[in-house]
Amino acid sequence: MAGIPHDSYEPSTRAESWLHRRLPVLSLVYDTLMIPTPKNLNWMWIWGIVLSFCLGLQIVTGIVLAMHYTPHVDLAFASIEHIMRNVNAGHMIRYAHMNGAALFFIAVYAHIFRGLYYGSYKEPREVTWIIGILIFVLMMGTAFMGYVLPWGQMSFWGATVITGLFGAIPFIGEPIQTWLLGGPAVENATLNRFFSLHYLLPFIIAGLVVVHIWAFHTTGNSNPTGVEVRRGSQEEARKDTVSFWPYYIVKDLFALAVILALFFAIVGFMPNYLGHPDNYIEANPLVTPAHIVPEWYFLPFYAILRAFTGEVWVVQLASLLTGGIIDAKFFGVLAMFGSIAVMALAPWLDTSSVRSGRYRPMFKWWFWLLVIDFFVLMWLGAQPAEEPYATFALIASAFWFFYFLIILPLLGVIEKPLPRPDTIEKDFDEHYPPDGGAPTRNVAAE
Amino acid sequence: MIGKFTLSAIVAFGLAAPAIGAGGDGHVEDFEFSFEGPFGTYDQMQLQRGLKVYTEVCAACHGLQYVPLRTLGDEGGPHLPEEQVRAYAEFWEVFDEELDDFRTAKPQDHFPGSGDENAPDLSLMAKARAGFHGPYGLGISQFFRGMGGPEYIASLLSGYTGEEKEEAGSFFYENTAFSGGWISMAPPLDDGLVEFDDDSPNDVRAMSQDVAAFLMWTAEPKLNSRKEDGFVAVLFLIVLSVLLYLSNKRLWSPIKRRGADDA
Repeated sequence: MAGIPHDSYEPSTRAESWLHRRLPVLSLVYDTLMIPTPKNLNWMWIWGIVLSFCLGLQIVTGIVLAMHYTPHVDLAFASIEHIMRNVNAGHMIRYAHMNGAALFFIAVYAHIFRGLYYGSYKEPREVTWIIGILIFVLMMGTAFMGYVLPWGQMSFWGATVITGLFGAIPFIGEPIQTWLLGGPAVENATLNRFFSLHYLLPFIIAGLVVVHIWAFHTTGNSNPTGVEVRRGSQEEARKDTVSFWPYYIVKDLFALAVILALFFAIVGFMPNYLGHPDNYIEANPLVTPAHIVPEWYFLPFYAILRAFTGEVWVVQLASLLTGGIIDAKFFGVLAMFGSIAVMALAPWLDTSSVRSGRYRPMFKWWFWLLVIDFFVLMWLGAQPAEEPYATFALIASAFWFFYFLIILPLLGVIEKPLPRPDTIEKDFDEHYPPDGGAPTRNVAAE
Repeated sequence: MIGKFTLSAIVAFGLAAPAIGAGGDGHVEDFEFSFEGPFGTYDQMQLQRGLKVYTEVCAACHGLQYVPLRTLGDEGGPHLPEEQVRAYAEFWEVFDEELDDFRTAKPQDHFPGSGDENAPDLSLMAKARAGFHGPYGLGISQFFRGMGGPEYIASLLSGYTGEEKEEAGSFFYENTAFSGGWISMAPPLDDGLVEFDDDSPNDVRAMSQDVAAFLMWTAEPKLNSRKEDGFVAVLFLIVLSVLLYLSNKRLWSPIKRRGADDA
């Protein structure tokens, strides 16, 4: 399966040979677990296992919750309270599911920014990257619909606002919105289909995760140097890699255990910290909350959505050029989806031949500005739509696009990259000298 | 690099609780409650006092429709003896759909809902309000002080200034904790209004705290056991982390060409 030369599976018992001749499933497992993995991966390469765990956790807790939940506007809120009060360990399962979504997004954002820093999206890993973005989009859809299910005030009004975005599409927006909602407004039909889709999408995500892993097992993992594993012979490849089992599995499990200790501290001691108090009030179509705020993981994109108001000249220009078809609302929707689209296009927007940000002196600065920009947008997404937040949000949103559309293409041309190691082995040996000399730990920690 | 990312993750947690809106911008005092912090648990006697204040005062207008009466006997709650729970239930009348009529409540019934349509149900009120929002709307203070739901309730109940005004035929009462400063609920408590069996203080401030604690329990009845489970999970995972750390170190030491000891 993998392009890196490695030992292939040999059935060792008669039972294994019997099975292997009929269905080579053990060979598949062997190739997956024993895949040669660059031996210089740092701690930012642990998020994959955290994400796999989150998907499993959400599916398992979600299946149990679905056994006790009632997707009906009159009963949904009460059924959640039933889970919290009467179902054995129901409160722990629900809190794990709620906070599991948060952990899922923390991990996915760390994973995405790791990819952006080390250029993991570059040739030949574009397909891995695109599938990853697709998984991210599906995660957002799943989380959004899941948040509607408790039928609290924020569920209802969040659903109203977000599905309203589709109504902003010119000409066909309103029919699409009605079709999505199953009626003119967020109602029982909406709750029912959201429940159905919230149950379905995680399994589609699981399928895409398999393809995601398949893709990067074909190209081989990226690594902090961005230098590829040598593939001339198995001998050579062995100098650059270790097998995934046991080296990375044990390392990843250690990282997972530490993260889960923090996770269960949140679940056990402050499970509602990341939620919104208004969602403990049952949905009421007649009372609009003072501020409608999405969950924290949507805030950066929510800030981009709101940033482009009618007063912005770009929006006015777009409106003028299209004869009013693109109004401020639709522009905001385009900007929000566009902010994810430009991320998906990173492999083609980034013109630099150097993969890893470690050897790109100018890129580094811009990358960290993007990270700061992301957190500033997250903060702004939670603030009321008024000055000075509106101006900040506009600047921060513009920077997001500036980074992907201007900086990434430009840097490849004007930047002079630092020298890179010839091989992964060389980089590794610098940190862990073969003669047992003093390791340069600071560099190793990167 | 890791350092920066870890920091980012922590900041993400901090930024993550934009609990604006609910609770509003009135002044919320940071009352001390027994159930605060990872080690805090409910004070059974305080919950019983709060139950009495609720029953004699709040219940005139408000309800607790999600709270089963039987849970008054649960450990980690008011923990009333079984016969007291039964006697307490008989105090209420509930609507029975099969009889199509009202009947005396049994422990398996829930508290009645609100009798007054302007009085919201209080079952989840302590989780539906956040008292603390700062700094700069980041919600980081909630990390140290808690969400502030019960603090908000206690502040509201003890926050009346005594001023009142009439607007369009309705009365409003000035309240320092309420967003906007004027609330339509008349001051419900007076010093000495409820007599406690154990002669605990029954001034407005003390009763406000007692009923706020009780409403925290109605909103989060499994708080005690949740924290216990949290401790078991965290301790287990810390031990597991240490073992995995040592395994990982030993496993990698030949690859990193270190002696098992110095690595």
